[in-house]
Amino acid sequence: MQLPLQNITVLEMCQYLSGPCAGLRLADFGARVIKIEPVKGEAGRKLAIKNLWVDDNSLLFNTINRNKESFAIDLNNEDDMQCLKKLIAGADVFMHNFRPGAMERKALGYEEVSRIKPSIVYTQISGYGETGPLHKKPGQDLLVQSLSGVTYTTGSANDAPTALGLGIGDYLCGSQAVQFIMAALIKVKKTGKGCLLQLSLLESLIDFQFEFYTTYFQSGRMPQRAGFNNAHALLGAPYGIYKTADGYLAIAMVPIRKLNVVLQCKVLKAYEQQDDFRKRDEIKKIIANRVGEKSSAYWIEKCKALDLWVMPVLNWQQMKASEGYQALDMEQTIERPDGTKFITTRCPVRLNGTILRSGKPAPQVGGNNNQIKAALT
Amino acid sequence: MDTLLDDILVIDFSQFLSGPSAGLRLADMGARVIKIERTGSGDICRSLYVSDVKLEGGESTIFHAINRNKESFSADLKNPESLKAVKKLLTRADVVIHNFRPGVMHRLGLDYEQVKAINPSVIYGEISGYGQEGEWKNLPGQDLLVQAVSGITYLSGNDADQPVPMGVAVADIIAGTHLVQGILAGLFQRMQTGEGILVQVSMLESLLDFQFEVLTCFLNDGHALPSRSQVNGAHAYIAAPYGIYKTADGYLAIAMAPIARLAELLALDTLHAYTDPGDWFNKRDEIKSHIAGALIAKTTAEWLAVLEPEDIWCANVYQYDDLLASECFKWLQMEQWVVSNGLRVKTTRCPVRVNGTVLKYEKGAPVLGEHNESIKKEFDL
Repeated sequence: MQLPLQNITVLEMCQYLSGPCAGLRLADFGARVIKIEPVKGEAGRKLAIKNLWVDDNSLLFNTINRNKESFAIDLNNEDDMQCLKKLIAGADVFMHNFRPGAMERKALGYEEVSRIKPSIVYTQISGYGETGPLHKKPGQDLLVQSLSGVTYTTGSANDAPTALGLGIGDYLCGSQAVQFIMAALIKVKKTGKGCLLQLSLLESLIDFQFEFYTTYFQSGRMPQRAGFNNAHALLGAPYGIYKTADGYLAIAMVPIRKLNVVLQCKVLKAYEQQDDFRKRDEIKKIIANRVGEKSSAYWIEKCKALDLWVMPVLNWQQMKASEGYQALDMEQTIERPDGTKFITTRCPVRLNGTILRSGKPAPQVGGNNNQIKAALT
Repeated sequence: MDTLLDDILVIDFSQFLSGPSAGLRLADMGARVIKIERTGSGDICRSLYVSDVKLEGGESTIFHAINRNKESFSADLKNPESLKAVKKLLTRADVVIHNFRPGVMHRLGLDYEQVKAINPSVIYGEISGYGQEGEWKNLPGQDLLVQAVSGITYLSGNDADQPVPMGVAVADIIAGTHLVQGILAGLFQRMQTGEGILVQVSMLESLLDFQFEVLTCFLNDGHALPSRSQVNGAHAYIAAPYGIYKTADGYLAIAMAPIARLAELLALDTLHAYTDPGDWFNKRDEIKSHIAGALIAKTTAEWLAVLEPEDIWCANVYQYDDLLASECFKWLQMEQWVVSNGLRVKTTRCPVRVNGTVLKYEKGAPVLGEHNESIKKEFDL
């Protein structure tokens, strides 16, 4: 299958997650993604979770950087810089996520790079903006979450501020970079003119909460997490996750009366739909008491008959065993040159009904130096 | 303004958040987005997915946030005359978006094959809850429900907590993000081939992708489940001190930091025992408890003054009021005013700067069917 970005070359001068997850998506859409790394490799190679390693690179690095090439250079070496400049001259996208000013100091800021390649789409990802008051602060996901207010959306009202347990700022910022890089490539194709794209984790996380901020701007008060089983501060009862006799049940927007057709709870009859915010915790506690009496399967069976919006809460083992997960065919095996294999997930977007897979493993540091240098001369 | 996507017409049948958030981003890029809404009731986001903060006219703030910078064309798709008009509009579309359950668009005569027959170069994007196949395909693709089956609720909060969903509609928003990616890839390819494309995303696949790092860990680690910290949990797979801690007057977030360095800076001798970095993960609850015991003694500002100059990765923990009062927020210019039906509404802007410029648009969310007459006239429907 011909992939949309098959003639596009991306230079990814990035580390960790935000930039590299953008590079991964562009690669899965067919772009040639070359990681420009220091000779010792990007920092993400040594960052492992659960101490899982594929060789001397972490499994985490291998997950984020499959389907890419690596060109390792010393930016202080004149010959290496000449190579990089030649590479830039043939590239479509240049992307970095170093702290503001770092690229400019190496003469790789937008002005210099666009002078070499006027049609380049130059993308920079920072924590809090390139020149803003926090530009020197480390752009690390938990710190940005903490400043963005998002830790007051998750958990219930009496909980401490609760971080979302994944690198959401990194991931969203990378996702938005992919969007705008492709929109910019469309523009380049039309006009021949390149452009500068600037993203920050903080802006991405504010955008993520756009419903909350807009509500806050109108009301002047921070949306309050529910005191009990909170799942979305802006939504009324019964929205939340409830303990059943043998597990957990998620209940989304279900009118209270309709829910009670299933629950058959006498106490709940006293409540009207317009109580869903005013008496949110009260109602949710009543529902929780009743839901706890029976199994998840019991409630799901009853709710299904009325098309009520409920689902069981699954952990990964339960999810993996489900037919719903298996039908997605979400996994792929990456085979490495030494014959070892690992399983990871694939690109989540299908084109013309086709699943996009790429078995190409992550590169070793400088693994493509010879081939790239040979092509430049 | 010189935008990235000129002359792109998006016909958006989607409702709620996932599809409409994709339409919003395309609008931010300069596309023209026309919502096709059901006559009488409109996008169910107008009535069902609502906060308790309403604007004049009764619609909730959520609808206004999601649907600024769009037009509204109301139609009864079961009425042959209306359907004919919409199909005529579709012949001019560059992009079509919907997020109905599988089969609905086919029954309306508006699935990809049917639209492609009248508009071969169309980019057709669809979002489902759980994909086109499998036991869940016909179930409602609602954010909390998709979070529930994705395993993601076991990643936030502490070990003793029940499953904790992310409190923002993360499945909707990420699926919308992926749809935009696929649509733009399709538009880019079309410039070379002239051919249209079908782009399919599901909220569940999007949440699996969001978890790709930790899911890959699970898939290669004997299917071991995540284990959240007992205290100060912020990421199930990251060692101490990673977490949010209570101080004398608020909270302090600390990301990755060498424990020996923290022992010195917090004057916390108990931490000197943890010299093996492996213990920072294996004994993270012990270490975090020690740190929590120390941090409660001083204010957040006092701790920041100690830790920040030493390049320890830490931050205050803000509520919206705090962030809005900060210099950084002013610098970001994240707010914008839009006008909807004569009413000024403050919301946030597109988060990406293009050529150094923030993207702002004055056009607010449309009233249901607000543009029926102008669109009928313009497209001769």
